[in-house]
Amino acid sequence: MREITLSQAVNEAIAEEMRRDETVFLMGEDVAEAGTPFKVLSGLVEEFGTGRVIDTPISEPGFVGMAVGAAMTGARPIVDLMFGDFIFLVMDQLCNQAAKQHYMSGGKLRVPMVLRTNMGATRRSAAQHSQSLQALVAHIPGLKVAMPSSAYEAKGLMKTAIRDNNPVVIFEDKLMYQDKAPVPEEEYLIPFGQAHVKRAGSDITLIGTSSMVQVAEKAAAMLAEEGISAEVIDPRTIVPLDEATLIESVKKTSRAIVIDEGHQSYGVTAEIASRLNEKAFYHLDAPVLRMGAMDVPVPFSPALEDLTVPTPEGVVANARQLCAGEMIHAA
Amino acid sequence: MAKAKSNTEEYLRMYAQMVRIRTFEDNANQLYLSAKMPGLTHMYSGEEAVAVGICEALTDDDRITSTHRGHGHCVAKGAEFKEMFCELLGKAEGYCRGKGGSMHIADQSHGNLGANAIVGGSMGIATGSALRAKLQGSDDVTVCFFGDGATAQGLWYEVMNMAALWKLPVIYACENNGYSEYTKTEEIAAGSITARAEAFGIEAHQVDGQDVLAVNELTRKLVERARKGEGPFFIELMTYRYHGHHVGDINREYYRSKAEEKDWRDNRDPIIRFRAHLVSEGIATEADLDALNAEIEKDAAEAVAYALEAAYPDASEVGQHVYAA
Repeated sequence: MREITLSQAVNEAIAEEMRRDETVFLMGEDVAEAGTPFKVLSGLVEEFGTGRVIDTPISEPGFVGMAVGAAMTGARPIVDLMFGDFIFLVMDQLCNQAAKQHYMSGGKLRVPMVLRTNMGATRRSAAQHSQSLQALVAHIPGLKVAMPSSAYEAKGLMKTAIRDNNPVVIFEDKLMYQDKAPVPEEEYLIPFGQAHVKRAGSDITLIGTSSMVQVAEKAAAMLAEEGISAEVIDPRTIVPLDEATLIESVKKTSRAIVIDEGHQSYGVTAEIASRLNEKAFYHLDAPVLRMGAMDVPVPFSPALEDLTVPTPEGVVANARQLCAGEMIHAA
Repeated sequence: MAKAKSNTEEYLRMYAQMVRIRTFEDNANQLYLSAKMPGLTHMYSGEEAVAVGICEALTDDDRITSTHRGHGHCVAKGAEFKEMFCELLGKAEGYCRGKGGSMHIADQSHGNLGANAIVGGSMGIATGSALRAKLQGSDDVTVCFFGDGATAQGLWYEVMNMAALWKLPVIYACENNGYSEYTKTEEIAAGSITARAEAFGIEAHQVDGQDVLAVNELTRKLVERARKGEGPFFIELMTYRYHGHHVGDINREYYRSKAEEKDWRDNRDPIIRFRAHLVSEGIATEADLDALNAEIEKDAAEAVAYALEAAYPDASEVGQHVYAA
């Protein structure tokens, strides 16, 4: 199978859906000729024109709000939010407006829009361009949240998001844009709420989101050399969450580590760990462990920044302890 | 008064719509005062000529976005009393199945995209609706209602900029009722409000919001031009709210005098003024209008009685409509 980058996968997904449905359009800062700073959208304006690939001023609340209005009246906007950190700028439009229209109107209004943005530290971009803020969005009922872990997921989840009748936020890891993975030539979609078991195992379950799937896979390979069999699961969407697949795995392995690049406190890892505790408690041989980013603003210095995110070595150390039956009081 | 519509039927409809709003609000206030309505609400009384003058210039295909003080916009855009009172009382037959309440009534069948409880919160939605119209080659126009208080929100300047850049068919209608909650507008707004729109190259107008014909005449012209791609436009409508910021805002002499309120009610009431005009022009007699008023009062009383007896939504509905299918 051919291999393409995550960036090309996103580009293909959007192009295919824009060809398929003329109500789909793109808007955001420098999405047209510039193709975004990450060049993810390069070439789309040449095919679809400036009427459907719209460069906006640097007015995030304004253009996200406009996407909500366009979606409510019959269009399917894809909004590009250049950095995930800018989500704080658009919280009212996303969480008070987009997320609630369907419910507040008793089901009459719909907001079929996609907000694609990014996450991920270790790019030496410091505290305001490195955050992974998926937990903030996942907290709000009415929003769906997808976290692709490779080019394959990025394409299939994007196509599903564009066809979904709800506001969907997609967090792409900005360090993975050039990572290649096998992606079929023929069309496919990845349904929301369907976790993917990336690697089967019997001793411990490693649940990772986005870039942390790679971390979990590397850790699993290292653990295998020590005779520990780790199962790796990618939830792919954290809202909706495929709880059943996660619980089934943990019932089998009796141990779990949840890894996500958001801050550890009050985060995605806490939510998933809590559900496993509630629903698989009597199958557990060890506490479910959370591994998130350190609870510090992301520092600039490489010497400091690299300390803030989970690593395969860190996962291996924790897994080893859990499997040895050693109580862990703090990660 | 300014002259706009010469058609007797249209004049009488504008009068009836203003009376319907006033009657709706009087009943809503009574429901609050008698503790029959959950929560609280914001009365539109006094501002009727704004909603009616504008909405009578629109079709069902044209969209509006409304505000927390939104009952007037909802009635003016064509909503029915029964579904509105049911919504105010949280009943299943309300426009939003009781999930929205006073501050979130939406009536998509008439193009009302909904009231919004965030001040200025719908400015993006209205402008986005206009962007959709332009992208899809549709000739509908969107009117964004907001108050003078909302002119302090940054969102407005972002979307006005884009609306002007892209010549979107949106009309920003600022209902300046003189008060931003409990504070005089002059204390929260520097300079001129119309000049703010003009700074973006947007044609701005100020109009007497108590004169329904003046509002309607101006809006009809702007709507026609917006349909032809000459938008966006801005209108500042000078008006007054008779009640407090909300129904519970009873003692308000610390921010405005009773004499001021009396002056607006006695000398600038939009319904009294238009009624006098209809009679003096021979369009209707006092008796005709009294009969019309009585009919509207009866409709409202029946709708209130119906809504009070109507069923609440079933408990199973609490988890419905979080996500669209």
